[in-house]
Amino acid sequence: MKYLHLIWAALFRRKTRTVFTLLSVLAAFLLFGMLDAVRTAFTAPPSAAGVSRLFVGSRVSIIQSLPQSLLPQIQALPGVDEVTYANWFGGYYQDPKNVNVMFQIAIGPQYLDMHPEFVLPPAQRKAFDETRAGAVIGDTAARALGIKVGDRIPIRGSIFTNKDSGETTWTFDIVGIFKAAEEKQRGFENQLLFRWDYFDEGRAFGEGTVGWYIVRVSDPGESEKVAAAIDALSANSDHETSSQTEQAANLAFMKQIGDIGLIVGAIMAAVFFTLILLTGNTMAQAVRERIPELAVLKTLGFTNRSVLGLVLAESVLLVVLGGAIGLALAQVMLPGLNAASGGRVNFPPIGASTWLLGLALMVGIGLVVGVLPALRGMRLRIVDALAGR
Amino acid sequence: MKVLINLAILIVIALAVIVLVVVPWPALAAVLVLFGAWMGLTRSGRQARSAARVGIATIPQRLGAAAVVVVGIAGVVGVLVAMLAMAEGFRQTLQQTGDVQTAIVLRGGATAELSSSVMRDEATLIQQLPGIARDTDDRPIMSPELVVVANVPKKSSGTDANLEIRGVGEQAFVLRPNVSIVAGRSFQPGLRELIVGKGALAQFTGLEPGSTLSLANQDWAIVGVFESNDAHESEVWGDVETVSTTYRRQGYQSVTVRLASPQTLDQFKAAIASDPRLKVEAKTTLDYYTAQSEDLTRMIRIIGIVIGAIMALGAVFGALNTMYAAVATRAREIATLRAIGFRGLPVAVSVLLETMLLALGGGILGALVAWLLFNNYTVSTLGSNFSQVVFAFKVSPVLVWDGLKWALAIGFAGGVFPAVRAARLPVTTALREL
Repeated sequence: MKYLHLIWAALFRRKTRTVFTLLSVLAAFLLFGMLDAVRTAFTAPPSAAGVSRLFVGSRVSIIQSLPQSLLPQIQALPGVDEVTYANWFGGYYQDPKNVNVMFQIAIGPQYLDMHPEFVLPPAQRKAFDETRAGAVIGDTAARALGIKVGDRIPIRGSIFTNKDSGETTWTFDIVGIFKAAEEKQRGFENQLLFRWDYFDEGRAFGEGTVGWYIVRVSDPGESEKVAAAIDALSANSDHETSSQTEQAANLAFMKQIGDIGLIVGAIMAAVFFTLILLTGNTMAQAVRERIPELAVLKTLGFTNRSVLGLVLAESVLLVVLGGAIGLALAQVMLPGLNAASGGRVNFPPIGASTWLLGLALMVGIGLVVGVLPALRGMRLRIVDALAGR
Repeated sequence: MKVLINLAILIVIALAVIVLVVVPWPALAAVLVLFGAWMGLTRSGRQARSAARVGIATIPQRLGAAAVVVVGIAGVVGVLVAMLAMAEGFRQTLQQTGDVQTAIVLRGGATAELSSSVMRDEATLIQQLPGIARDTDDRPIMSPELVVVANVPKKSSGTDANLEIRGVGEQAFVLRPNVSIVAGRSFQPGLRELIVGKGALAQFTGLEPGSTLSLANQDWAIVGVFESNDAHESEVWGDVETVSTTYRRQGYQSVTVRLASPQTLDQFKAAIASDPRLKVEAKTTLDYYTAQSEDLTRMIRIIGIVIGAIMALGAVFGALNTMYAAVATRAREIATLRAIGFRGLPVAVSVLLETMLLALGGGILGALVAWLLFNNYTVSTLGSNFSQVVFAFKVSPVLVWDGLKWALAIGFAGGVFPAVRAARLPVTTALREL
């Protein structure tokens, strides 16, 4: 530590070069921060409640529905705390282009109670319970589509025909806007949730069936056993179920979109490869032009090993300095990007694991690019170096 | 004063980059010809040429530094071209699925087949409408279709993914002449037989001809493989009536018809609109599949460009470092040139030219790597029918050209400041420098 000012002075000996190198490192780690956020979003679902809840869907395929008669049977199983159900609606608001901005889901009673991550003011919750055509919408979707509490909105293009109108347009009264409990769960805010009774009595076909069940288990450690018991209920029937934790179900769905981890990994490999070359060149230049100075240090009594340490510390400091600023910048920029996209993307904030991985990479890259110049500094012979040979 | 000059240079760089992006290639070629003429015919041009030759000749002496520019830019162009090739591959696959002479009929407002339904009586009415092409037996060419999704394990991950099962009418092969059986035979109407698309066969396990697939608890035999070079290759086809009974469906989800000519679409649409019994909409399959590819294509393109832009910033700083160092090490040479009568502009142009050449090399290297690694690299993603769409990356010449333009822009941005420094080098002090 006592050499910090020495290392610092060496680092900023050529200000322009160091600043340009720092900016390159910064760009690389800015990208790392954003891409790792994407990877996290696709590989590690943020919900902690996700492990205590089971997703029970059709084993045959996601488009098959399940009979509502399973409900009392599931409720009666030991280890089951609470059960609710839901169904995909699949329409859009105003423009077919909005089909991915807001998803609509018909939800059974207790659904909101079982999902504490949807935070709804009590008065709006009460209004939802009292309004048959009531619906609550996530904050992100509401802002993206300009929907306010009190609006009466038509949703077109659903799978389900409305019995009364004979059309596929359904009208909902917006009674509340919910927010995600934590910043990293903002991805849930692209949903519109509406009441099951309104849905089931209104649809022209499919009455008495549900899209999937959500089961809360009393002990998350027992969830596998409960899942097996639920699947046993319908084994060999024409509506076999497949039960897994919500977390596992989410992961399986993400995997279908694509191997995001692989794409992110390939891009980062390209980025870091060029970064190593770039900072390596800077360090090589820095040591080359300082050879006489290093020789002076040795003359003063610095050991070979401490010269090695000084150069290595300099290159690690260079990468960590640029990298930390870049990662911090990514942290600041991500919420802005989320807002700018109008709810189409929702990057989770950069967490401790990304920072740890990032710091490990910075130190690792710093060591890798520093080692050759450092060895050169360590091995130089004072006489030759001072003579400029 | 210095700040003002730097600001002016920054503006010049920004303008040049914008021009490079916006202007079409013939204009760029014209600029190149003009530049060549200047180099060959004028006095200062010839000076720039010989100065650049000296600079380029010294590149082997500083290979490490030059490699920073080349590899840095190759990285940017490689990633950019690969991402754009992914978007392009997806767009091409879906757009090839549609054309202007076939129309798809969906329920009004439906955005995908999965959220549509067309009743049987509606299908009967539709086939009697005017504007539909007729086959040799004078029957309208149309196929009522049903799409269901099955859980089948993918080869790459081993986990279940959604496979699209399409029930098609008997004229499906007349309707889509690009579909051909490449192995085995076609399915027999009325039997639980399936043919599998080449893409689906490659991505999913257990779809080889001769194996059986369990759909809704019934065993189906896979009897053949088909090829279509479009999104249908990601699907498995069977007889629509058999699929419909298996899944206990009352109606269809879509009806696709072949139009007598692209112009009869309006006639066909007008006939639908004038029949109050029909609550359906028709559009060309080209429009339908283009709309399905738009969102994801745009998303991948934006992500690719954002990543490319951040990487490009890093590469610009790398190039700046390298070229400043090059100017510094050659300070005496440059000062000598100035002393024997070379003007500032040719010296600046020579430095810029050297950077742009290194950048161009990087761009070519990056595009080449992207092409070698990713052209025709096959992946699949979730399409709008909630099922996997198989597509291949397409590294097209247009994308390579885009990548090279990026490389040149990076080279320009990284070369101008060092070039100006070289031109403004104070001759007397530089000559004394060791």
